[in-house]
Order: sequence, then structure tokens, then C-alpha cells
Amino acid sequence: MSMLPLAMIQQEYGEGKNFWFHAQASNFAHEYDWVFYFVLYLSTFFFIAIVATMILFLVKYRRREEGEAAPHGPSHNTVLEITWTVIPTILVGFLFWFGFKGYMSQRVPPRDSYEIRVRSQRWVWSFESPGGIQSDVLYVPKGKNIKLRMSSSDVIHSLYIPAFRVKYDIVPGRYTQVWFRPTMKGEFHLFCTEYCGKDHSRMTTKVVVMDSFEFQGQLDKLAEEATSDPVEYGAKLYKSKGCSACHTLDGVKGQGPSWKGLFGMEREFSNAKKLVVDEQYLRESIIQPHKKLVKGYGAVMPVTQLKDRQVDALIEYIKTVK
Amino acid sequence: MSTTTIANEEQVAEPGGFRHGDYLTCDKGWKSWAFTLDHKRIGVMYMLGVVFSFFLGGMFALVLRMELFTPNPTIIRSGDTYNQLFTLHGAIMIFLVIIPSIPAVLGNFVLPIMLGAKDVAFPRINLMSFHLYVIGMVMLVAAILSGGLDTGWTFYTPYSTVVSQTSVVMAVMGAFVLGFSSIFTGLNFVVTIHKMRPAGMTFFKMPLFLWSLYATAIIQILATPVLGITLLLIVVERTLGFGIFDPKMGGDPVLFQHFFWFYSHPAVYIMILPAMGVISELITTFSRRRIFGYSFIAYSSVLIAIFGFLVWGHHLFTSGQSPVATAIFSILTFSVSIPSAIKVFNWMATMYKGSISLQTPMLYAMSFLFLFGIGGLTGLFLGMLSVDLHLHDTYFVVAHFHYVMMGSALVGFFGGLHFWWPKIFGRMYDEKWGRIGAIGIFVGFNTCFFPQFIAGVQGMPRRYHQYEEIFRPYMVISTIGAFILGIASLIVFVNLYKSLKKPYDAPPNPWGGATLEWTVTSPPPHHNFDEEPKIYDPYNLEAVVWDPETRSYKHLEGQGLLGDGEQDA
Repeated sequence: MSMLPLAMIQQEYGEGKNFWFHAQASNFAHEYDWVFYFVLYLSTFFFIAIVATMILFLVKYRRREEGEAAPHGPSHNTVLEITWTVIPTILVGFLFWFGFKGYMSQRVPPRDSYEIRVRSQRWVWSFESPGGIQSDVLYVPKGKNIKLRMSSSDVIHSLYIPAFRVKYDIVPGRYTQVWFRPTMKGEFHLFCTEYCGKDHSRMTTKVVVMDSFEFQGQLDKLAEEATSDPVEYGAKLYKSKGCSACHTLDGVKGQGPSWKGLFGMEREFSNAKKLVVDEQYLRESIIQPHKKLVKGYGAVMPVTQLKDRQVDALIEYIKTVK
Repeated sequence: MSTTTIANEEQVAEPGGFRHGDYLTCDKGWKSWAFTLDHKRIGVMYMLGVVFSFFLGGMFALVLRMELFTPNPTIIRSGDTYNQLFTLHGAIMIFLVIIPSIPAVLGNFVLPIMLGAKDVAFPRINLMSFHLYVIGMVMLVAAILSGGLDTGWTFYTPYSTVVSQTSVVMAVMGAFVLGFSSIFTGLNFVVTIHKMRPAGMTFFKMPLFLWSLYATAIIQILATPVLGITLLLIVVERTLGFGIFDPKMGGDPVLFQHFFWFYSHPAVYIMILPAMGVISELITTFSRRRIFGYSFIAYSSVLIAIFGFLVWGHHLFTSGQSPVATAIFSILTFSVSIPSAIKVFNWMATMYKGSISLQTPMLYAMSFLFLFGIGGLTGLFLGMLSVDLHLHDTYFVVAHFHYVMMGSALVGFFGGLHFWWPKIFGRMYDEKWGRIGAIGIFVGFNTCFFPQFIAGVQGMPRRYHQYEEIFRPYMVISTIGAFILGIASLIVFVNLYKSLKKPYDAPPNPWGGATLEWTVTSPPPHHNFDEEPKIYDPYNLEAVVWDPETRSYKHLEGQGLLGDGEQDA
């Protein structure tokens, strides 16, 4: 979103950033970081104690002449050994409790949450607000509880927003959810963190946190875009819905056939009679991609959840690719 | 004893009695190796396979690190190629290097001699286990050549069953065969330890290395079949279209993760437990002190093996597992950290008032303590449920498991290799270069992997071909570290290899070990013991003294024997 002021983008790298973390941009971040630092300091303490003792022993008890024997010493000490078993046990008991508490608060969304539908497929994100307005960037209002209801149409993905300290897997065949309350305006990274194939590392987008007035304006703008010139809208969908990952515009063979000069071309199929590409064929290929497979290509295209308007826009766009 | 005559020809009397008709020279020709039933030769052949695979997997790692030097694609243009490289790096390092490293190489060589036995209980099964290893390796390489593999070493469904266009079936069958190799080794070790211990050596008088191999073998036998079944289910779903994991056919992809980690988490202990056993031997020998808290260390190995079976769910904290299951797995995960901590404290206490010599194997042991300290403590972060939500599948996890698997398991292997090298090949390696190699590995490793913790906390996901500019500094340092690590590994193995050019010069007991393998010549005779072995207490180091004449340690006449009641408290 190049139109956003530069100051906003800087927040992620500026305010609240330190050696370990990026900005604290959600209700979870503050408590999360506190727990993280607690276990960090605890482990650092033990680590330094162990390494310091090790170095002390290495120096103090170094062998001074070849074959020197060690003096006779104790080979066990039950009290000492029980002590160093019990103390760590108690400590990790606390760690478990802190972790469990934080986890439960992340797993249970408040009832008043604003629900956004998240659809994932290789290698694109699609977000839909309650009004049915879709976008490829996650727009959220600041200060409001947001619940994401997520699904995947192919393999496992995972939604991760580091600045919010939020992550959860999206498993095909079921819904999963996360919730958060954004506390800072700005743009933040959103990554896929479950390996999903070729462009896994490009399955990234942005979360844009706006105040509620700006947010409403953004929704209106998106709604308008969807009803504007279909060719222009189709060109946007080509990128945002992931078509571009497999279908080129310049005739180069990708995982799927190129769209160059596609409309009106004669096509041969491995599982159907040949035909000339028209609107009907395009519509069918988008909705049921495996019904007719172009010769030389496998059944790899995922079934997309596109609305009628979007299918129309894509067809109009394909007609213009020459 | 058909080989005795040949052995006698090789026999050369030298001052100090170094040489004998030993296992290396007793028989000649490739068949005498490829079809040998001698556990020592099988161990040496495993070593070749493991070292070769280590460099193969290492080359892949260096190419990956070179690519990650910059945020955008440079030397690896396509995401597909990158994915294949990291998959092969992982699969080779896990299935061909770390899992067989200590048990199959060092364990095979040392275990029967430590027991005063002639061989393992089932020498033919042992040979078959090696042959399966070679077949599995060939299948994995064939998978690479016939279309690659891009599923990650974890083979997660439905990606591996529905989407991936690579030779998943071939690779999966390779892993299946390697699983059997591992099961056979474990089976052999369990039976050997149960049935072939000499009189006087009860379970609690055994060297701790054997305890750790025993615990490992139990896991190998019980967990590996689950992996085998799971891999077959992948093949069935891919080839016959049964809906087991694919949700479109009514399957459940998370079920695969449960099955897979039911093996693969215990497999982490297959990797680390033997290394802990090696470290117990190294620290006691180079401190010249009886191991501190023997029974706590022995029990902790068994506890780790048991708890190791109950923690697989911590790989699924973000996968949609129920909160109750998640909480239970978190508690159990923390419970594994206790026996590991106990071991570390006991090792430190062993060094207390010792006579510590920082020779190459001990340098590796100290390096292990440092790296395992970091690897273990960062496990606490990942065991905490809320903290894991942020760190799961980021570079923090990548760094954590490299600290445990490479920093601990492989460093333990390198330490053990340098410790037993004079015994295996009868030659001392160059000590100065040995130390340089050990320090180089330590420095390179930390430079490579420590920055990845920070990248992970900052939010960098794993398995990323290209990444955001903000992560660049950590990735640059990491790549530099990887190359230091690569060069250091070369130094280590060139140094070891060069020692082979020399004639035998290793005394029977160069370090002062009290276990039985140090009472025989270096390299050991064909049948391990030319005469009925005396069974010594493995940790009575006061009975082992330095003999300047032979430049070797030896047991004081009639002292430190097991079962003669002169145990110290």
C-alpha cells in the first residue's frame, strides 16, 4: 500500500523495536514479551552459572603433569542430587503455568469480536469482511477485538503476525481461528509459516491497522473497486488470487498454460475433446479446473472460491491478454 | 579360526606390544569387508557411509546458506529448487547421518568390547542392518536423481500425498528401509546387553555409554515401526488414492502429524541419548575421576527414553489440537528437561577436583556442554505454550534443533570419534590440528546458528527461500558461520584421514580409560580378546595409572576388577 504515509511503515522498525522484538502491536504483545524475558533471564542465569563453573573447574583442576591422578573424592551425594532435581522441577512448573495462562487467553476469543474470514491457498491470502468485501491485505480497526476464521483450500498453511505475537495453523477441511486486539496503527508483516510448496516464502502480505474512521473508508474504497472496470479488476485478481503463480502472460509455460492469446485459441485436452476457448470454457476451467486438462499439464490447479463478479472480471481480463 | 594364519603373518613384534593380528589386517579383499560379520568392520563401514553423507548433506546446507546471504533469489532461482535442497539436507542429515552416527558407528565398534564379548548377539542381523542402510541410501539418492523431493523431511500431508510432483514414493520407501536398519541395530544391542554381559558386570556396573545405547535401542525398536507404518500409509494414499490424510477424501492431515511425531520426537532422543553416553565416558576419562552420581545418570537415560514417547504433541501446539491435550503435552515436555539437567549437573560434579586434560575429545565434550546448554534451555521457550505460539516454525526453532542435533548429537559423535579413533585404527591423529578443528567447529557453529535465534524472535519463518530485508544482518552472519563450520569439518576429517597414512602408533590406552576396550591392543584383535578378558570396574580410574615407558595407561596389577569388593563409595 504505497499510499500509506511513510511514518506508518517506520513504526514497525522504529517505535517499540529492540534487540529481540519488533513493535508490540496487539493486546498480547506486552504480556508475551514479559514472559519471554522472564524465561530468557532465567535461562541466561543458569547458562552462565554452568559455563562459569565449567571454566573454573577447567582452570583450577587442570592436569599439571602427564598422567597425573586425581585425588580420591566423593562419587555421589544424595542430598545434592535431590536438590538439583527438585529445584528445576519447581521452576519448570512455574514456566508451564505462565505459558498455559497466556495460551488460553489467546485461544478464547471474546464474544463481541469482529469476525474476518480468512481464505488461504497456495500462495495467496484472501480476507473477507462481514459485508462480503474482499482484499488481499488484512485491514483491521485499531482497538477492536478481531477474530479471524480461517480455512485452506489445498494444503496446510499457517497465519503468523509477528508484531501481534499471533500464529495458528490453517488445516484444510476444518476452520481454525485466532483473535487479537490491535493496539498500534501501522503496517505489519503477515507470513505463512507452514511450508506449502514452491512460493511458500512469497505467501506474505500485510496487516494494516487503521483507526475506525479510516477503516470504514478503506472498506468503501474496496467495495467501489470491485464494481469498477472489469478488466482492471480482473488484472488485480490475477495477482491477488494467485493465478500469476502458474499462468504467465508472455507465453512462457508455467505450472499451468500461459494466458497469452488464450481466448479464441484451439485447445487439446488429455481427458476431453478439443475445442475453441470461449467464455463458457474459461468459466468452467476456473470453477472446475480438473474437468478438462490441457495436454501436457497435470491436475494441479486448486479449486478457488471466486464470486460470479470475479469470474466475469477474470474472463474479461483474459480476453485482453494478447 | 580360519583367519588366524593370515593374522599371524601380519603379526609384528614391536616394543610395547602394540601390534597383533588385528581386525583391520586379518583378512583382505572387498568381500572380506562387504560380507564381514565382524562388528568392528561393520562399524568402520558405517563410518564411511555416515561421513560421506555428512559431507553430502553439508554441501546442500552450504548452497542453501549461500542463497540466504541475500534476501532475494540469487544462485537458486526457483522456489522449487530451494525446497528440494532443504528437504534433502534435512532427510540426509537425519536419516543417513545423525540417527546412525553414534549407535551404528561407535556403538557397533565399542559395545561388544566394552562387554568383554566377541561380537554382538546376532552378527548376521548386524550385517543385514548395514546392507539395509546402503540400500536405503541408494534409494534416497535415486529419489534425488529421479525427480527430487520437496516435501521437507517431515513429509507433511496433504502436501506430500496430493500436491508434490516429486519422487515422494521412492524417498519414503528409502526412509522405510532405513527404519529397518535402525530397528535391527537396536534389537541387536538390547539382546547383546541382556545376554552377553560378563560375570560380575550387572546392569548398574555397566559403562554409562552402554546404558545410553540400551535406552536408545529401546526407542529404536518401539518407535521406528510407527514411522514405517506411517510412511506406508503415505504410499498407499499417493498411489492407491485411499483417503487417510487427505481431507477431500475424508482423511485428516493432523493425524499424519501425530503419527509422524510419535516416531520423530523419540527419534530426537535416538540422536541425543548416545551422545550423552559418549560425554559421560569422555568427562570421566579426561577428568580421571569416577563418574559422579552413576545411578542418577543411568536412570535419567531411561527416564528420557520413556518421557520421550509422551511429548510428540508439542510439535502440534499450533495445529488445532485441543487445549487439554496441548496442556498435557506441555507438562510432559517440561518433564523431559529434568533428567537432561541432572546429567549436566552430574558431569560438572565429575570434573570437580579432577585432573582435567583438555585434549581433543575433551574439547568436544566441553563444547557439547556449552551447546547442549543453549539447545536445552531454548527448549524451555518452546515448551511454554504461549511463547511457542510466536516462535513455532520460525528460525528460533531452526536454531534450537540445530543446537540439539548438530551442536550436541554430532559434536558428541565427533568427540567420540576422536576418543575411539586410536582404538579403531591404531593411529594417533595430530593433536594440534585436532584441537584446531574442534575449536573451529565450536566457533563456526555458534556464528552460524546463534543469530538465527534472534531472527526467529523477530519473526522470520523457516523454510523461506526469500525473506524481508529486516532479517538480512542475521542471515549474513549465519552464512559466514556456516562456511567456518564447513572449513572446520574439512580440517577435522583431513586430520583424521592423514593419521591413517602412518604405521600403527597408538598405545592400547592413550587417554586413561577404565572400560574394557582400553585393555586390548589398538586396533583390537580380530576376536576382540586373545585371552579371557579381566572385567574391570568402568569407573575406577584410580586403578588406571600412566606408564611413561609405553606412553600408555594401564590397570594396576589385580586392581579395579569388578566383583572383588573394592568399590569405593
